[in-house]
Amino acid sequence: MNQVSSSLPGPNDIYREVLPNGIIVLARSNFSSPSVMVSGYFNAGALFDAEEKLGLANFVISALMRGTKKRTFDEIYNALESVGASLGFNIGVHKSGFHGRSLSEDLPLLLDLLSEALTTPIFPKNEIEKLRAQLLTGLAIRAEDTGDMASMVFDKILFKDHPYGRPEDGYPETIQNIRRNDLANFHHEHYGPRSMVIAIVGAVKPEDAVKQVKRALGSWQAKSQKQTPELPPLKTLKKTVSKHHRIAGKSQSDLIIGTNGPMRRDPEFMSASIGNNILGQFGMMGRIGDVVREKSGLAYYAYSSLSAGLGPGSWDVSAGVNPQNVKKTSDLILDELKRFIQDGVTADELADTKANFIGRLPLSLESNGGVANALLNIERHNLGWDYYHRYESLVNEVTAEGVLNTARKFIDPNKLVIAVAGP
Amino acid sequence: MKDTITQTTLSNGLKVLLKEVHTAPIISSWLWYRVGSRDEVQGRTGVSHWVEHMQFKGTEQFPANMLDKAISREGGSWNASTSLDSTRYYETMPADKIDLALRLEADRMVNSQFNPNEVASERTVIISEREGSENEPLFLLGEAVQQTAFRVHPYHHEVIGDKADLHSMTRDDLYHHYRAFYVPNNVVMAVAGDFDTGSMLARIRELFEPIPAGSDLARLARPEPPQNGEVRLSVEGPGETAYVQVAYHFPSASHPDFFPLIVLDSLLAGSSGLSNKTSRLYRAVVDKEYAVDVSGGAEATIDPFLYRITLVIHPQRRADEVLAVLDTEIRRIQDHLVLKGEIARAIKQARAVFAYRIENITNQAFWLGYAEMFANYEWFETYLDKLSKVTAKDIQRVANQYLKPQNRVTGTYVPAERRGNYESG
Repeated sequence: MNQVSSSLPGPNDIYREVLPNGIIVLARSNFSSPSVMVSGYFNAGALFDAEEKLGLANFVISALMRGTKKRTFDEIYNALESVGASLGFNIGVHKSGFHGRSLSEDLPLLLDLLSEALTTPIFPKNEIEKLRAQLLTGLAIRAEDTGDMASMVFDKILFKDHPYGRPEDGYPETIQNIRRNDLANFHHEHYGPRSMVIAIVGAVKPEDAVKQVKRALGSWQAKSQKQTPELPPLKTLKKTVSKHHRIAGKSQSDLIIGTNGPMRRDPEFMSASIGNNILGQFGMMGRIGDVVREKSGLAYYAYSSLSAGLGPGSWDVSAGVNPQNVKKTSDLILDELKRFIQDGVTADELADTKANFIGRLPLSLESNGGVANALLNIERHNLGWDYYHRYESLVNEVTAEGVLNTARKFIDPNKLVIAVAGP
Repeated sequence: MKDTITQTTLSNGLKVLLKEVHTAPIISSWLWYRVGSRDEVQGRTGVSHWVEHMQFKGTEQFPANMLDKAISREGGSWNASTSLDSTRYYETMPADKIDLALRLEADRMVNSQFNPNEVASERTVIISEREGSENEPLFLLGEAVQQTAFRVHPYHHEVIGDKADLHSMTRDDLYHHYRAFYVPNNVVMAVAGDFDTGSMLARIRELFEPIPAGSDLARLARPEPPQNGEVRLSVEGPGETAYVQVAYHFPSASHPDFFPLIVLDSLLAGSSGLSNKTSRLYRAVVDKEYAVDVSGGAEATIDPFLYRITLVIHPQRRADEVLAVLDTEIRRIQDHLVLKGEIARAIKQARAVFAYRIENITNQAFWLGYAEMFANYEWFETYLDKLSKVTAKDIQRVANQYLKPQNRVTGTYVPAERRGNYESG
């Protein structure tokens, strides 16, 4: 093995253990700094939210640290902040996540707090009302954010009548509908050790990391934990749908043009990923950046992105432009999409992107956070523990023809969503 | 925090700092130019940032398109940014590819072309960058507060510059700025990662030492006179959320009072990089529902700049109510000595944040060069020691000296949908 591939996580240095209650622990050591990262996911995403209480899963996750059986809100944060540790939770559609870090000497405390937040939150009434005001302010700020609103409009059209089309943080009226009991019930029905994965990376031996997780979370049982519902079928677009969401008084509009993309486990994922890099990421944002930013000077940012997860993903191009230039920019992007599915990519472009994908790997896996994400990604999508050692050949297997076929399979220039938010 | 660092200055004045780190096969190289918005006069505000953009537009040896391709092909990451005092460029590369970054930086220190067509297209890109920021209420408020706090000193304007200047600056304005400030005697080079110091230094000498030193730089010397009395302002704009920003004039990073003020900030508003839910201000204004968020912070700068506290006002409250609570908290810290335990806690937080920072090599190279911009590397190395020496009396003294209303600008963002409330309130 050369120097680079031996620094990548692999079967020889990733430790995995399944606890008796179902929690999967992943661990990898890194003693270069005296710190440790704890990261993971569990079920209880926004998929479970009823329409009229959209935002409930997010409300619950935001309330986990507002008070537990053992500690008040202030006591929880006092314990964390006194040692310079941090712990936070984030909502997803399928899975919800947590991220924490501390000096390695404080790992037991960090895991205690994680355990208390997950297993014994008490949702104190006064804290819930404070949180509600904060969530509502967040939604008021979102309503003024051209990027957030363009993205919300885009998802709503692309994923019509599908859980992916709904904002996980809900709407002001659905947040107002949520009662304290709803939070407690949601926690009772959806939180539990089944499907929970926790990765610990940093200055701790893997076996010690597992021992610590066992101590903190090994006895957690939740018989009431419900199964995740099936996703409804996706309604495909019949024609291009455009929508302009007006936000008065802004200097810039955000524009998103796109369509559905593959799932992470689809065989086309790697060719789509490479195609996307050429389209709107490589160097200074790929072909899109070249046309919109470099040649036309229309935008500070213009790029494409591919979001591929457990279910159908999206593949889109975003740009922030002066409100007067929306049409011009949108035409340029449409031309690029057409060119992309007509002519595909050149051999040079393909070689550049492959080199980039392979070369950047050590950088993306350098920090504890990067490694933790990589371990969780392998577990979630069943990529195999030698994934990063096989990565180079997976990238090299992609051909220009494969990229073209994938692009044609997903992108139809006559069936796009064009979402704009701004004046 | 003592590391083995090699420091040397080349014959042309370029200062080099090297730090071997062998935790991953990666090297990060940073060039820090001592030029930023502090070096800009009216009519050419934003010129440093625009020059930074032009540095990605190519030289004869590395034409624009080839530049980013070359770095990206090798799996590198690179970027640049401009601040009040400095402009910095970095490349983080697989260790065996770093030579490309070194050659590129040596080349664009002198050979950037500033092609007029590229200048024209970058003009609208930067205007677009500014318009994106103008979408944010906190940018509009922060800009108004800053320009009010500095009437004389060039910290007056935002780094991105005023729109009028972005429209009127010429290619020659940019090029002159580049030629004047992009000289080796105005640069600190910081490299950290998986290399051997001897051969790295030899290669740096080979590439950079032939670049001739520039003449002594003419710096603006326009110190800000003391502010005599509180200034209040308001900015109106769309939305329904109100914000308040309170900015106190704050000493430079090399001033001894900087350190007690950093401890004071972490007691009031939390340590940077961590949550702040047990800070005094969070407990007083967020927990008591006057605001939904509070943050505080100061940049380490060459000349005195600002310590800013920013509050997102609770929908049921008015700005003046929040300010009254803020003032009560500040009076409390002025009138009563803080507990020793509180200081110890702030030190432990700083120690943890330090440990997180050295997790990746890009950050290690960043910190190697950063402190050189306003002090020297020793400033960074002894940072935790200096914080540890801060006493409760120091904190009380600086709280009284700096956090007084006469020394501040208070700005309110008044959202269109709540304007009526504010007029009557």
